[in-house]
Amino acid sequence: MVKIPPVLRHAAGGTPTVQVGGATIGEVLIALCEAHPAIGAQILTPEGELHKFVNVYLNDEDARLLQWVDTPVGDDDTLLILPAMAGGRA
Amino acid sequence: MSPSYQDLLGQAREVISEVEPSEVAPGVAAGNGPLIIDVRETAEWDQGHLPGAVHIPRGFLESRVAGMAPDRGQAIIVSCASGQRSLLSARTLHEMGFTNVTSLAGGFARWKQNNYPVVVPRALSAAQRSRYSRHILIPEVGEEGQMKLLDSKVLLIGAGGLGSPAAYYLAAAGVGTLGLVDDDEVDESNLQRQIIHTTDRVGMNKGESAKVAIAALNPEVQVNVHPFRVNRDNVLDLLSQYDVVVDGADNFPTRYLMADAALMTNTPLVHASILRFEGHASVFTPYDGPCYRCLFPEPPPPDLAPSCGEAGVLGVLCGVMGNIQATEAIKVLLGIGDTLSGRLLIYDALDMTFTELKVRRDPDCPSCGPNADLQLRDYEAWCAGVGGHDHVGATA
Repeated sequence: MVKIPPVLRHAAGGTPTVQVGGATIGEVLIALCEAHPAIGAQILTPEGELHKFVNVYLNDEDARLLQWVDTPVGDDDTLLILPAMAGGRA
Repeated sequence: MSPSYQDLLGQAREVISEVEPSEVAPGVAAGNGPLIIDVRETAEWDQGHLPGAVHIPRGFLESRVAGMAPDRGQAIIVSCASGQRSLLSARTLHEMGFTNVTSLAGGFARWKQNNYPVVVPRALSAAQRSRYSRHILIPEVGEEGQMKLLDSKVLLIGAGGLGSPAAYYLAAAGVGTLGLVDDDEVDESNLQRQIIHTTDRVGMNKGESAKVAIAALNPEVQVNVHPFRVNRDNVLDLLSQYDVVVDGADNFPTRYLMADAALMTNTPLVHASILRFEGHASVFTPYDGPCYRCLFPEPPPPDLAPSCGEAGVLGVLCGVMGNIQATEAIKVLLGIGDTLSGRLLIYDALDMTFTELKVRRDPDCPSCGPNADLQLRDYEAWCAGVGGHDHVGATA
């Protein structure tokens, strides 16, 4: 399961979670962006890399401190896409 | 026949041993002696007391002792002015199940006569004691903690959605000095969430407007209005005047600038951000925990970074997140509890869920890692994608 943060939900048709397959974090993200190209436009660079203001958590752990996109995932795992948010003052 | 005062003292002496100042002094000097509970009245305590002693006026002894002495087997010395009230109080503790209680013979008077060290506390005024009485009752805060708050200085970046509740509660809590950085003016569309401002102050600088509200709530708080945006030229000078910074900025250039400046000045940064129904909060403790750029190494370009002005925000969300910031700022100032350092708290108001993610120090962090090139970058330009950093072409 992939959790979609509020800031990206409109790009996923308004849904807070998306079920996509894949054996690694990278495969899941590719499947997600294929299913919802508007999300890909927000979180991927033109070269297909994840933007550095986007973090990915596998369950509650930072994926960069695991094996990043090569980290294996199972059916029960939850992937959370976490882009930086700035709002506060305005 | 009913017992006289002397009878009561005699009965107390049968179960309570008395200790001479000379027996107590070494532990006091080394700071490793038994807990000393001074049961005199507040006015007497304010004239001076044994170093390290805690104060519980005799009238509150039974109700407050558990907060000071959770272990009924721990060694306790009770002291008063001359050693009589302490004897009766020690007997009360004995009856409450405290098994290792003694009374200071001759009390504070004999202690002083023997020229042992005395602490004359800086005391709260009667008005302060009344205003902050609910804080003083909390063992983790107490009078000492309240005085710490009164001496503290907190800088708030923004007096808007997050800054409004955070500044209001920090002022109520008695944080002595609040700095409010905001170049913006109060607009009618702010009032759905920025509760420190009022309809009749629309058009006023937000810092000035907040100052009016704070003066009405707690005139003792010194409010410094900084009616400008933080930038590379003023941020270090600004931060050096404060103990903690509460970041409620609405844009990435300011957030990244604050993150770097907080590291440079070793200032704890209490972070929160909000959008629609979601809030993030964390505490970034320089070089002790992760920093903002351990979490998000680089800022997004403006087209991928919607603001509340574009995406909207539930007004109440600001209250929740701003008050989480105020809570964390107070904990940092008092050095109590577990802060959100190393954790990102995500609040989803629509689902009413709080999720916690681990945030670790990134060994490759461009700001706080061992090979970091920490400098105040031109994040305005970087975020706008017009230069200012080596990697700008790759991200913008």
